[in-house]
Amino acid sequence: MFVDYPLLSLVIWLPILGGFAILFNGDNAMTRPLSLIVSLLTLVLSIGLYIDFDMSTHEMQFVEHMPWVPVFDINYYLGIDGFSMPLIILTAFSTVIVVIAGWEVIQDRVAQYMAAFLVMEGLMIAVFAALDAILFYVFFEAMLIPLFLVIGIWGGPNKVYATIKFFLYTFFGSVFLLLSLLYLRHVTGSFDILEYHQVSLSMTEQTWLLLAILIAFAVKVPMWPVHTWLPDAHVEAPTGGSVILAAITLKIGGYGLLRFALPIAPDASMALDWLVISLSLIAIVYIGFVALVQSDLKKLIAYSSIAHMGFVTMGIFIVFGIFANSATGSGAVLAVEGAMVQMISHGFIAAAMFLCVGVLYDRMHTREIAHYGGVINTMPVFAGFSVFFAMANAGLPGTSGFVGEFMVILAAFQANFWYAFLAATTLILGAAYSLWMIKRVVFGEVSNDNVATLKDINRREFWMLASLAIIVLVIGIWPAPLIEVMHSSVEHLLTQVSQSKL
Amino acid sequence: MDTLNQPLLLALALAPLVGSIIAGLFGSRIGRQWSHRVTILGVAVAFALSVIVFKLVIFEGQSYNAQVYQWLQAGSLSLEVGFMVDSLTAMMMVVVTFVSLMVHIYTIAYMEEDDGYSRFFSYISLFTFSMLMLVMANNFMQLFFGWEAVGLVSYLLIGFWYKKPTAIYANLKAFLVNRVGDFGFLLGIAGVLMYAGSLDYIEVFGQANTMAGQTMTIFEGYEWSVMTVVCILLFIGAMGKSAQVPLHVWLPDSMEGPTPISALIHAATMVTAGIFMVARMSPLYELSETALSFVLVIGAITALFMGFLGLIQNDIKRVIAYSTLSQLGYMTVALGASAYAAGIFHLMTHAFFKALLFLGAGSVIMALHHEQDIRKMGGLKKYMPITYWTGLIGSLALIGFPGFAGFFSKDSIIEAVHASTIAGSDFAYYAVLSGVFITALYSFRLFFIVFHGKERFDSHGGHAPHESPITVTLPLILLAIPSVFAGLLIGDMVFGDFFGDAIFVAAEHDVLAQLGTHYHGVIGFITHGLQTPPFWLAMAGVSTAYYLYMVNTELPAKIQKAFNWVYRILENKYGFDSFNEKVFAGGSRLIGRILWKGGDQAIIDGAMVNGSAKTIGMISKVVRHIQSGYLYHYAFAMILGVWLLLTYFVA
Repeated sequence: MFVDYPLLSLVIWLPILGGFAILFNGDNAMTRPLSLIVSLLTLVLSIGLYIDFDMSTHEMQFVEHMPWVPVFDINYYLGIDGFSMPLIILTAFSTVIVVIAGWEVIQDRVAQYMAAFLVMEGLMIAVFAALDAILFYVFFEAMLIPLFLVIGIWGGPNKVYATIKFFLYTFFGSVFLLLSLLYLRHVTGSFDILEYHQVSLSMTEQTWLLLAILIAFAVKVPMWPVHTWLPDAHVEAPTGGSVILAAITLKIGGYGLLRFALPIAPDASMALDWLVISLSLIAIVYIGFVALVQSDLKKLIAYSSIAHMGFVTMGIFIVFGIFANSATGSGAVLAVEGAMVQMISHGFIAAAMFLCVGVLYDRMHTREIAHYGGVINTMPVFAGFSVFFAMANAGLPGTSGFVGEFMVILAAFQANFWYAFLAATTLILGAAYSLWMIKRVVFGEVSNDNVATLKDINRREFWMLASLAIIVLVIGIWPAPLIEVMHSSVEHLLTQVSQSKL
Repeated sequence: MDTLNQPLLLALALAPLVGSIIAGLFGSRIGRQWSHRVTILGVAVAFALSVIVFKLVIFEGQSYNAQVYQWLQAGSLSLEVGFMVDSLTAMMMVVVTFVSLMVHIYTIAYMEEDDGYSRFFSYISLFTFSMLMLVMANNFMQLFFGWEAVGLVSYLLIGFWYKKPTAIYANLKAFLVNRVGDFGFLLGIAGVLMYAGSLDYIEVFGQANTMAGQTMTIFEGYEWSVMTVVCILLFIGAMGKSAQVPLHVWLPDSMEGPTPISALIHAATMVTAGIFMVARMSPLYELSETALSFVLVIGAITALFMGFLGLIQNDIKRVIAYSTLSQLGYMTVALGASAYAAGIFHLMTHAFFKALLFLGAGSVIMALHHEQDIRKMGGLKKYMPITYWTGLIGSLALIGFPGFAGFFSKDSIIEAVHASTIAGSDFAYYAVLSGVFITALYSFRLFFIVFHGKERFDSHGGHAPHESPITVTLPLILLAIPSVFAGLLIGDMVFGDFFGDAIFVAAEHDVLAQLGTHYHGVIGFITHGLQTPPFWLAMAGVSTAYYLYMVNTELPAKIQKAFNWVYRILENKYGFDSFNEKVFAGGSRLIGRILWKGGDQAIIDGAMVNGSAKTIGMISKVVRHIQSGYLYHYAFAMILGVWLLLTYFVA
């Protein structure tokens, strides 16, 4: 496990440097192949993280530690555990998909487009790997720059409003994060995140820290009621932007809660678990209803993302209720691991759903559900994929979408019957909005001349969707390999939260 | 193959899946012929192996319960994929694969002209796989997988003709209504996990007594028995899948799918999954009389009231669909009366004769060029002799004519309910008893209208209808055989120890054991049957049908006129559909719009996000007005303030 070459740094800097190289190289015939090579190479390297990963320990692995700004004791300190490793691979995989998705579609400033996504990839992986608070914060903020550029340059007509809204929301959250990190530095005299996990804090301190951290990451997740930036951002973003936004950016919110909220402020988390759980349930039920009435395909999927992320935040915070009700902690393990699986699974399914919308948008230049109907008649292969991913989105067993929801609902019952009851409404609501959309878009007679002239997906699109479909199926049929890498880290987290810091 | 082992069971379950994948992914490349060959081969293998399994289990007393692979582990909890095969499973496997094989063969002719030929074969084979996973599961996780997977295939098949607006309405409706059931089912599973600490059947059954002793609080101040809550939640799942009132609404609409799947999925197999599940969970249900009563009453309501609706339908498939609903009600009643074996027995006989009736209906529909309205049929007896005679056998079995399969299974249910003392059993007894008359009436109404009387069909340019090809008639004949003779198994299955440990019945509920003491062979059962009310009610039903639709054919219209309000209620299907459409579908959309426009757009975005800048401007505007400079404004504000303070302190 302690490999003698800095694999994490490689996975972070290869796409960043590769991105800049492509950017300076400018648009030419090599831009696309080069981008694909860089992203594929990063994916291969990131799989190295899985292969050499030691599942038996919760300690950080692939650690790199060297001074960065010695004056302030800020370090270039990286390391990963069972929470971050799967998310890093998800990031690397999603970037490959985004490069392929933009292959023919992006004709304007290709080099800049590819560079933005590659740089973003490196920064996001760095967010998951950073163990120094300032390093984390820098990447956390820097990651947004390419995302803003992607929406701002290749975005839709209302992109300025969407970008500003997105910026204001996340900036609002970041300020609180920075404040709490600085406060923790004041208390511990260090920027080492793992030291924050150890330090004793009073209830007041914990409460304020938790609220600050919660605000910062709730915006990213996004949790109700700070979610309204997401539908706007998705609608304006190009397909690749939506994919990254849904697959990775939201996960940083969930990851932040796992890395910062619970271990740093366990007592406050326990005291305020009702708050997060209520907001999560609102996300699941309220947003489920809102998703039902959307007339814009991307908005519908964006709202569905919010509802699905409700399972993540709920899974993380129901552990206290489970501890209170049962002697064995296996329900709590189920809850946290369910939250993690839900994040990974949602990364693939939401990405696939946005890609499906992208496929349609590229052909019809509209996202209005009413402009479609009977797509299956002209695009049967595409229709097959759409129905499959809609079913996965509705949590059909055998797909990855089922696993996380199933685990969280089973666990929620052990905390409180009503948590499980409200969460399980997703079975009905999720199916209703996903399949009603399919009914209106895919099924039926050809509804207009534009649909009549549609051409089915080409080979590039086929393999893009097929690879996602295979992953969604494999995780659904055999989730054990994904879950076992988390065990040690989850058990460690649960020991951390069960010990009072007061 | 003389022991039950994992390779045997895996091959059995996976053979249809392999066929389905080949036909599904490469259907266009391998062509129609190979699509049906490969899927039929897969199902035939599954059937042959099921027969072997049946032999090993029933005659050699073997059983099997083991893990195939670990699905996931979380803490001390291990969720697995595994098989449990005992007599209950073995019987279900034979029924499922046999009916599936018949339907596969039948489909060759029925779907001959359809563009989606390979797709159809792929789906029905996928269904067979899913159903096998469901019945062979040894744990709740896999049960839920199979449960939803059959729902998926049902969705795909109801919407098979995806251009038809009614079909894609019906399949969405079916999936959502089933999801309402699954909502309860999943909560039930979560409850099982919480109180039994496992999802493995055997471990859960081992914990049953501890579960039964516990209570839980759902509403503050009310302590409920854990077992009752869990069993009712699980049964809600069964109500969805097995179409019990009020979650029955999807089944009649599911007739939008091609006829072969109406026979396979929406009559013989999938809809009986709920019945199977409750029987499988008998060690749990036996410990909650409240849950049993609930099951009994729901079943009785379904058995009686769905039968009435069959009386007024004019679509050949819908008549049979309502009959299926009613018969599922009978099975559910049996479960509620703790006569699980009788319920499962009826499940089996019903699978044969109902698949037969549906496939017969399909044969008629084909002969009449996809005409489904019985008012445009009639006199088909002479054109379609095989369909006619097999249809007669199916109908006699359905109404429980002595000697036919349905007679034994239905009579044992009625007798069992009669003997039961559980709350609601009196109501259930009269419901299933009256149901016999209704069943006979609608069955023979259909039979006489379709096969006898005047020829009312459009003969399409002089071409008379003709008997269907051998791939259609062969399954009819093969299904007619067990529709007659399967009843002879009553001695073993209902009153014997066929099910052994697979079904658990508490001694105080064991009505079948009571009845068994009076059982003296098949002949005795028949002669006894001739002296009981069900037989005479069935005969009365047939005679009434004969009188109304063969003799005095003007009378039905007159009755309809005289009792128009009854007719209207029945025609509106008691209002379930319009209620659901208005309240649930419409209500959900309304709530969605309110939350979206009101919550997200007006309050969060309007007031909080975009509003934060505006708010500051507005506050300054208001404050500016207050500082007006007029003395009387200030004086008035002071007086108001003093008055407010005074009221506060004095009061």
